[in-house]
Amino acid sequence: MLSRVAENLYWAARYLERSENTARMINVNANLLLDLPRNVRPGWAPLVDISGNHELFRQQYTDSDERSVLKFMVGDTANPSSILTSLARTRENARTVRDYIPREAWEQINELHFFAKSNLTSVLGQKRRYEYLRGIILGVQQITGLLAGTMSQDEGYQFLRMGRNLERADMTARIIDVRSANLLPDSSPELTPFQNIQWMSVLKSLSGYQMYRRSVQTRIARPEVLRFLFKERLFPRAFYHCVAEVGSCMRSLPRHEAALAHVERLQNIVIESEPENMKQASLHEFIDVLELGLIDINAAISQTYFLAAEAAPPEQKAQQA
Amino acid sequence: MAIRWGSYKVKGYYDELIRAAGKPRPAAAHVCDYLRTLTDREIDERRQAADVAMRVMGVTFTVYSEEGGSIDRAWPFDIIPRVIPGEEWQRVEAGLRQRVKALNLFIDDLYHEQKIVKDGVFPREILASSKNYRPQCEGVSPPRGVWAHICGSDLIRDKDGTIYVLEDNLRVPSGVSYMLENRLVMKRVFPELFEEHSIRPVDDYPSQLYDMLCSVAPRSVARPEVVVLTPGIYNSAYFEHAYLAQQMGAELVEGRDLVVESDDCVYMRTVEGLTRVDVIYRRIDDLFLDPEAFNPDSQLGVRGLMRAWKAGKVTLANAPGAGVADDKVVYAYVPKAIKYYLGEEPLLQNVPTYLCTDAKEREHVLANLDKLVVKPANESGGYGMLIGPHASAKEREEFARLIRKDPRNYIAQPLVTLSTTPTLVETHVEPRHVDLRPFILSGESTYVTTGGLTRVALRKGSTVVNSSQGGGSKDTWIVDEGSP
Repeated sequence: MLSRVAENLYWAARYLERSENTARMINVNANLLLDLPRNVRPGWAPLVDISGNHELFRQQYTDSDERSVLKFMVGDTANPSSILTSLARTRENARTVRDYIPREAWEQINELHFFAKSNLTSVLGQKRRYEYLRGIILGVQQITGLLAGTMSQDEGYQFLRMGRNLERADMTARIIDVRSANLLPDSSPELTPFQNIQWMSVLKSLSGYQMYRRSVQTRIARPEVLRFLFKERLFPRAFYHCVAEVGSCMRSLPRHEAALAHVERLQNIVIESEPENMKQASLHEFIDVLELGLIDINAAISQTYFLAAEAAPPEQKAQQA
Repeated sequence: MAIRWGSYKVKGYYDELIRAAGKPRPAAAHVCDYLRTLTDREIDERRQAADVAMRVMGVTFTVYSEEGGSIDRAWPFDIIPRVIPGEEWQRVEAGLRQRVKALNLFIDDLYHEQKIVKDGVFPREILASSKNYRPQCEGVSPPRGVWAHICGSDLIRDKDGTIYVLEDNLRVPSGVSYMLENRLVMKRVFPELFEEHSIRPVDDYPSQLYDMLCSVAPRSVARPEVVVLTPGIYNSAYFEHAYLAQQMGAELVEGRDLVVESDDCVYMRTVEGLTRVDVIYRRIDDLFLDPEAFNPDSQLGVRGLMRAWKAGKVTLANAPGAGVADDKVVYAYVPKAIKYYLGEEPLLQNVPTYLCTDAKEREHVLANLDKLVVKPANESGGYGMLIGPHASAKEREEFARLIRKDPRNYIAQPLVTLSTTPTLVETHVEPRHVDLRPFILSGESTYVTTGGLTRVALRKGSTVVNSSQGGGSKDTWIVDEGSP
């Protein structure tokens, strides 16, 4: 398989996953705001922090109000991780490798991008927002399902899976980082009743509430949630699970030794960690270590399997006979 | 209004299907009878079915614009086939084989001893001023002496029925995927016609192309690695590049997928590591192939590709420099080249061509601009032409000035009234002008497509068949007469 094709499949999956994660986060934030008392509502700024694009945001918007943040996170094409940008990049990556993905999946990617683009205004108002975001989440799940159900599980499919799981791991770490730091930094007594809600929202943004209840069966509290989201082996959005998935994809690829070593290193870090006992500062440091681990894996994949060469500008391509 | 051959006007033209009002040519008799039985509603249904088939198969060409990104457009397709009798095609095919054989010998000679120049048959000045002559190719001997592996020659038919070669496309001729897809669409839309007729199949092309490319591999291996090199998705012919790669089971690569190593071999970057490439069917112009040898700004090509080709480590199809023979001035010498290299009379005629480099011929051209068609030597796609009889006095003056300024860049030909063929307009038929582009493959052996791509000028009276200027296409049938 051509390196360029592998790279396009990998990034198509990463961007696709990113669009779903962003939609999930917005949805959960909107719900959370309805539940918390007025004076402690964190507002919409944490979403921008999670996406890691706060500087870009500040250059373009004066307020972190609901409207600005939603505009930025959903439809702003200048934001490299907005839903619309992610879906456009998914489409561009998939387009160049149309022969490798099932036709229905390609058509669905096209349609989802079209849906996201043509219904942008509905996300700004509260009434139709939920429908829009649900449309994105289900649309992505449908594509993931089509790929799982109709694509040969060859090398190309492994690159899709690796992209999806790395992106998922990254998002899980980001959500925990920002939520635990920005939302309710200290467990001050007056806010204790709302801690539950806070951690429930974290679980919900990862669709993990139900699975947590089945697996943990205790009341929702910080230590258990952290353990579940970092270390749970069976929950598809838990950090450990995602990294282990990347490793299992890699084992079926040629020349995987160097990259796999990075994956195993990161798996061990998680196994040996005790996030449930970490205070805020050490939790933040721990997440930094995990993020660096993901960056290493990404770099190793790209060094082993992809290429660094730049694409030619479109004008040159168009000129040819 | 349905299809009525009695009211179909053929006066003043050679029509491919209809001899005289109400009288189809023998090879087209069956299809014409059949079409006559269709009601308006049936005609409309067939046409819609064809449109749907085209869309579903994803047959498009891409138009790129700075603002809008790239847009895929369907190329208009007309459901009435163009029919050529098998016996006539046999003669055309023989003529094309002869022509391409001579062209390859001609190109090979130009990059070696230039005997044809020394013997005074082909003027040195014309070679010296050819835009597509590449001194970088001198002395190179590609496998089997083939330079133009894939040739697309445009054929037109005049009023009296004579078939002429209008031009030979020896650089990166395109359109063959439409020929293949048009046939698939026709089989879906008119299955009963294919049951009742002996229409020669065209589907063999991708395997023939693959076999030809393998036969010119530089090293003898059981299964040479063949790739299609495309400029990428923004190119108007990307659909064709992807289609041919898929049909041949070859990798579709971009320049950045390839690398030339210090052993002068070309490799593609795969997840397994570097894999040696033997044959590159390149769909990129010469000047973009290798920034080291040609346009240094090109990011489409591969650094060192010319080095690898000259070292005989990779085959490029078509070979760089093959375009020297599709210059329209050089074209005028092809009949002489056939005689010179093969000692044979050309089986297919050139359109009579006046060279503006020749003082006498130039004066004739300038005095008869209102009767002639003037073409620039190196343009394609129907751009930069003057169709004298249809031009204004001002346009003719402008061309007179251009010709005097740069005579080497212009040729002139009498206006050939392109033949017509019945074409659907709403639910009836009207004559529209057509040409034909067969494709000739040269490797270990020579293969000519069965018919080729018929391009049709959909605008009434127009003779410009190019896709960029209101042209469409049709399925082309080679039908054995006598058999039903």
